[in-house]
Amino acid sequence: MTGTDGAPLLEVRGIGKYFGSVVALKDISTIVRAGGITCVLGDNGAGKSTFIKILSGVHPPDEGEYRIDGEPRKLANPREALDLGIATVYQDLAMIPLMSVWRNFFLGSELTRGRGPLRRFDVRAAKAVARRELAEMGIDIRDLDQPVGTLSGGERQSVAIARAVHFGARVLILDEPTSALGVKQAGVVLRYVVQARDRGLGVIFITHNPHHAYPVGDRFLLLNRGRSLGDYAKADITLAELTRLMAGGAELEQLAHELERDPTTAAAGQHLAADPAADPAADPAADPAADPAQPATGSAP
Amino acid sequence: MTATTPTADERLVDVGRLRRLLIRPELGSIVGAVIVYIFFTTRSDIFGTVDGIANWLDPASTLGIMAVAVALLMIGGEFDLSAGVLTGSVGLMTALLTTRGGMNLWAAIFVTLLAALAIGFINGMLVVRTRLPSFIVTLGTFLMLQGLNLGLTKQITDTVQVGGLDKVPGYHAAFKLFSSTIKIGGSDFRVAVFWWIGVTAVATWVLMRTRPGNWIFSVGGDVRAARSVGVPANRTKIALFMTTAGAAWLVGTITALRLTSVQANSGVGQEFTYIIAAVIGGCLLTGGYGSAIGASIGAIIFGMADKGIIYAGWDSDWFKFFLGVMLLLATLTNSLVRRFAEEARK
Repeated sequence: MTGTDGAPLLEVRGIGKYFGSVVALKDISTIVRAGGITCVLGDNGAGKSTFIKILSGVHPPDEGEYRIDGEPRKLANPREALDLGIATVYQDLAMIPLMSVWRNFFLGSELTRGRGPLRRFDVRAAKAVARRELAEMGIDIRDLDQPVGTLSGGERQSVAIARAVHFGARVLILDEPTSALGVKQAGVVLRYVVQARDRGLGVIFITHNPHHAYPVGDRFLLLNRGRSLGDYAKADITLAELTRLMAGGAELEQLAHELERDPTTAAAGQHLAADPAADPAADPAADPAADPAQPATGSAP
Repeated sequence: MTATTPTADERLVDVGRLRRLLIRPELGSIVGAVIVYIFFTTRSDIFGTVDGIANWLDPASTLGIMAVAVALLMIGGEFDLSAGVLTGSVGLMTALLTTRGGMNLWAAIFVTLLAALAIGFINGMLVVRTRLPSFIVTLGTFLMLQGLNLGLTKQITDTVQVGGLDKVPGYHAAFKLFSSTIKIGGSDFRVAVFWWIGVTAVATWVLMRTRPGNWIFSVGGDVRAARSVGVPANRTKIALFMTTAGAAWLVGTITALRLTSVQANSGVGQEFTYIIAAVIGGCLLTGGYGSAIGASIGAIIFGMADKGIIYAGWDSDWFKFFLGVMLLLATLTNSLVRRFAEEARK
C-alpha cells in the first residue's frame, strides 16, 4: 500500500475561493487516495486554512470541482462532510480538558443501553471500546478516567485521531497536528498519522514543516499566497527541493546570498531554509493564528 | 512508545485507590462535614442523637434540593440568581390562586409548576440567545420577580403576605405529600428529606450515567468544543435552567404548605446559599466540574451549622461567620486536592 494506487477518495480540480476582492485560493488541484497521505504545505497566509474549510464543508468553493469517491459534490455544512466520512481534527481538538478520556472519546455520540427513561450511557462498553480503539492505534493511555487536560499535547492529538477513526472517518484532515508540539511529541503524532494510513484511511496532513511532511507523505501540495506551487508525488521531489520551495525558493536564495557576505552568519542561511520567514500581513486571508515557526531539527521518525 | 505493548492495566496500580478517591469533587465537603459533625457533637449532647439529626436535616433538605439543581446548572457553566426568589413566587402564586382565586389546590400546584418551568425556559432562552453572562440575565429576572412578588401581593391583599392555605380544600393530602413528617427511630423526619434524597439520587444518575450528563459536563467545560462534536448545547442549557426552576417549584411548594402562609419577600437572598452549598460540594465557579452528592453534603454542612450553633448555646448571629469560614476552607481544600491529584497523575 503506497498511496499511489489506492482508490481516490477525495479529489479537487481547479478549486478557487474569493472573499470579496481577496483571492484566498485559486486553481488548486490535488488528490487523496485510500491508504495515502497528502501533505498540504504552506507558510502562514498561504491559504491552508481556507483549503481545509473547503474540504471539510465549512466554505463552498467559488470555482472548480470537488469530488468525493469520484462524484462531484457540493457540501452544505461540516455535518454532511462528516456523514461522508470526512473528519477534521482541528488544532484545538474539540476536547474538554476537565472530562475523562473515555467521556471525551464518546462525547456527542455516547453509547447507550436500555430504553425510555432508563436509557443510559453504557459506561462499561464505552470504556472497553475506547481502550480497544486506542490500543489498536498503539496509543497507551494509563488510565481512561484521567482528565484529558492531564494528557500531553501529543497524546491529545492521538486520542482525537483515534476518535475520528472509530467514528467512521475514511478521510482524516489533520490541521497542523504537530505545530504546537515539541520534537519528540511531534514524532509520536506522526506515528499515529502513519497508523491511520495503514488502516486504509486517506489522510490530509496540513503543516508548514517539510521535515514533518516528507517522511510520511505520498503527495505534496505546496501553497503560496493562495496559489499552488505544485502538486508533487513523492518520487518527483526531494526533501531539499521541498524545503527550498517552502521557504520561497528564489527569495531565500537572495537572502542566503546577502547573509553569506558575512562569514560568521553563513550557517544561519541553512537554518532559515526551514524556518520560513512569515509575511502574513501581505495576505488579508492569512491564518489568524500565527504559528511559531518550528525548529528544523530532525524530529521526524 | 509503540515498542511497549499497551498494557495499561499494569500501570493502573500506581494511580492508586487513594488518589482515585482524592480526585472526587465531593471529597472536600465530606471532610468538612465530618469535622463539623464531630465539632458540634462535642459541644452539645442532643446534636448527635436521632432527634438532633432529624432537626438539622430539616433545613438541609430544602436547601439540598436547590443546591443539587444549582450544582447541575453550575457544572453546565451557568448561574441562576433568580432561583431563590422563585421559591417565594411559587408559594405566593399557589396561595393567591387558591385563597383568592378559588382554585383547587392540586390544580394550583400544577399551574405553578408550569409557570416555574416557563420562567426557567425564559431564563435559559435569554442566556442562550443573547450569549450574555447568566449572572446578569438571571440578576434581571431575580429583580423582576422580587418586584412582582411584592407589587402583586400588596395590590391583591393590601398586605405583604398571603395566608390561609390550610383552609383550602385538598390541603391535608397535599400537606402529607410535601410537608408532613415521618417517624423513624422515635423522631419525626420531614418528608422533604426524602424528596431531597430522591432528587440527589436522580441528579447523580443523570450526571454520571446518561448522555445528557455527559453533555452537561461538556457544555460547562468548553461549549464551543462540545458543539463541534454535535452536543445540543443550547437545549442542554435550557433544560438545566428549567431543572433549577422545577426544583424551586418543589421547594416553594414544600415551604408554603408547611407554613400555610407566604411572605412577599420569601426566598430572597437564598440564591447565594444554593451556590455556596454547591461550591462547598466541589463545583467549580467556571463550570465543567462538580457533583450532585457534593452539593447535598454542602447542604448538610449548612443544616448542621444552622442548628448546631443553637444547640451549642451560641448567638445565632455567628452562623454567617461560620458559613464564611466553611466556604473558604472548602474551596481551598478542593483546589489543593485537585491540584495534588492532577500533578501526581502526570
